[in-house]
Amino acid sequence: MAPADGRPMDVTNYILRRVLTSAVLMIIISMVTFGVFFMVPKLAGTNPAELYVGKQATPADVAATARKLGLDQPVTVQYARFAKGLVAGRDFDDGPNKTHCDAPCFGYSFRNDRPVWPLLLDRLPVTISLAIGAAIIWLIGGVLAGVISALRRGGALDRTVMVLALAGVSLPIYFTGLLAQLVFVHTLHWLPGGEYVNFADDPAGWAGKLFLGWVTLALLYAATYARLTRAQMLETVGEDYIRTARAKGLRERTVIAKHAMRSVLTPIVTIFGLDIGSLLGGAILTESVFGLPGIGRLSIDAVNTKDLPVVLGVTLFGALFIVLANFIVDLLYAVIDPRVRLG
Amino acid sequence: MKGTDMSSTNPLTTTEPVPGPRRGPDPAAFLDVRDLRIHFPTDDGLVKAVDGISFTLERGRTLGIVGESGSGKSVTSLGILGLHRREHARVSGEVWLDGEELISASPERVRQLRGQRMAMIFQDPLTAMHPYFTVGAQIVEAYRVHHRVSKAVARKRAVDLLGRVGIPQPAKRVDDYPHQFSGGMRQRAMIAMALVNNPDLLIADEPTTALDVTVQAQILDLIRDLQEEFGSAVLMITHDLGVVAELADDILVMYGGRCVEEGSAQTLFRRPEHPYTWGLLGSMPRVDRETRDRLIPIKGTPPSLINLPSGCAFHPRCPYQGRDGIPCRTEVPSLAQGSDHGVACHIAPAERRRIFAEDIAPAL
Ligand SMILES: Nc1ncnc2c1ncn2[C@@H]1O[C@H](COP(=O)(O)OP(=O)(O)OP(=O)(O)O)[C@@H](O)[C@H]1O
Ligand code: SF4
Ligand SMILES: [Mg+2]
Repeated sequence: MAPADGRPMDVTNYILRRVLTSAVLMIIISMVTFGVFFMVPKLAGTNPAELYVGKQATPADVAATARKLGLDQPVTVQYARFAKGLVAGRDFDDGPNKTHCDAPCFGYSFRNDRPVWPLLLDRLPVTISLAIGAAIIWLIGGVLAGVISALRRGGALDRTVMVLALAGVSLPIYFTGLLAQLVFVHTLHWLPGGEYVNFADDPAGWAGKLFLGWVTLALLYAATYARLTRAQMLETVGEDYIRTARAKGLRERTVIAKHAMRSVLTPIVTIFGLDIGSLLGGAILTESVFGLPGIGRLSIDAVNTKDLPVVLGVTLFGALFIVLANFIVDLLYAVIDPRVRLG
Repeated sequence: MKGTDMSSTNPLTTTEPVPGPRRGPDPAAFLDVRDLRIHFPTDDGLVKAVDGISFTLERGRTLGIVGESGSGKSVTSLGILGLHRREHARVSGEVWLDGEELISASPERVRQLRGQRMAMIFQDPLTAMHPYFTVGAQIVEAYRVHHRVSKAVARKRAVDLLGRVGIPQPAKRVDDYPHQFSGGMRQRAMIAMALVNNPDLLIADEPTTALDVTVQAQILDLIRDLQEEFGSAVLMITHDLGVVAELADDILVMYGGRCVEEGSAQTLFRRPEHPYTWGLLGSMPRVDRETRDRLIPIKGTPPSLINLPSGCAFHPRCPYQGRDGIPCRTEVPSLAQGSDHGVACHIAPAERRRIFAEDIAPAL
């Protein structure tokens, strides 16, 4: 860090402001999400307690459970309990047994007979593996393709990349994913089928099982990145400061890789952050196509079994993920674009 | 420096038959531009941005290139630096820098000279500096491309130069980003960046247009002082005759990509002979007189460079067009060298001098 006048103060200020915004955003999101999940059963004409006790329960059982879980309380009281659970943990008392749910308590799944948070944590490594692998592939692949495309503007390579990019964004994961699986797993047998294995147990098997998921998911995003990078690069090489870089006598390589790329990457980082946040959606589809036991699968199973606390937990977790990704992007952005710090 | 591969293109041996309207080979000239043409093929047609410009410039001297917006001044300067991309521009003619021809030289050779022996100060320092790198880093980089020195040494040099161009507390400001500098400071930093390698040729493309008047004067003083100190040749590009009046030894007036008048600064200010130059002088604001309401802009608009008017390109705007049956619409006037300067106009020299003395000078 260069010891320039006033700079550290700016940075601290900037980070503090971002932390605060993110925290406020998180609280608002948790309220809205909770509100929605409180309203949904009401609008559907069901008593939420029914979802907790199972179909065979008598109306008396349902009423008792509702009372014990506090489901008959006003929404504000319920939210307060929920929020307290997130911060300090809480107890669920459904009559015969008392269950403790440690902080951060995202709720308790009576179907799985476990708190939601550990359920999420169990599945998290799979989703993270899928997301990070895909993100690396699409970031490197997309940006490289875009740069090459821009530098060879109008050439055969440029046109090929842009057609592929168009295909990439328009084909749904269900299509590309299932097709890829059919070809590479079932027909060619290049990749293993079967169950997901942990990285620690069998790294090759882990990568083999995830590979198609990575590529399929990456394809969806890489296309956007290639097009964005290309457009950004074409705009940047026309900038005055690129001409200045050449006028200094810099090699063309340096002009592109250092001066142009620095500007091209700025919007890419923003988009990347937003995409990482929304990745959960893509991951849900990809996980179900390739039979990967991640958070996406957990949420699909939870929706199918009407396991409301798990659905609520996954939704909130996803929101947290998005807010966190945005926060990190804001910080990264300040590193990349010095003008942001003063704004 | 690699000198061996250049021996085959020695200016004295290869330029014997000289085509085109220009002076003969001038081995003494430090910068010798001969019949430079820069054309851009576009969808609308061929843009002839520069169409046969020739001039020479010595070390320690300043040549001012003057002309309205779009007359090809920047294209000329970028052409000398070899900054037009071969895919976009057709460049022909010769640019001799200290005995080395640059148009036919390899791009790598021109790159080595760029920033090192010939450097440029750009029009708008806000857009011409990279927003994401510190001012210091950009100067350090300019130095290190051409000198094998450590970052620390280059940084010391950057701080040094920032101080020389008049930036207060240079050791501190060196780590600022361009947006943290004021417009005038940015232009000074830009000058520091151009001077970091002690270039023999300094091209300043409208170095003061973005600045207010007092800062303008400071920057011009600075360039003059630095030129005296470093002894470099300066090519001063501007649409403002006031700027060249202060700085230039010689002046070249451009119109529609061609030279319409050239000569020493004294001659051009005292005895201008081209109607376009008269127009420029008439539209020049003068601080020493209250001529604000007597500002006479040249009527009409700059010509299209794709379909340049036939004959003399200035004819649609020229009040003397066709006078006494001169062929302004049909024949391109050549840049005829008179006793003290060159003028491209069909009016007879004696008549031009009479018109200036009787009609133009009193109104200025
Ligand atoms: N790459 C290019 N392709 C096509 N036309 C170009 C290109 N570069 C410049 N031109 C055209 O060449 C003409 C001369 O431009 P130039 O920038 O040299 O003008 P100028 O004399 O510097 O004017 P100003 O005072 O506005 O800077 C302009 O009409 C411009 O549109
Ligand atoms: S040649 Fe004719 S049109 Fe051109 S400047 Fe002279 S008088 Fe005017
Ligand atoms: Mg210009």
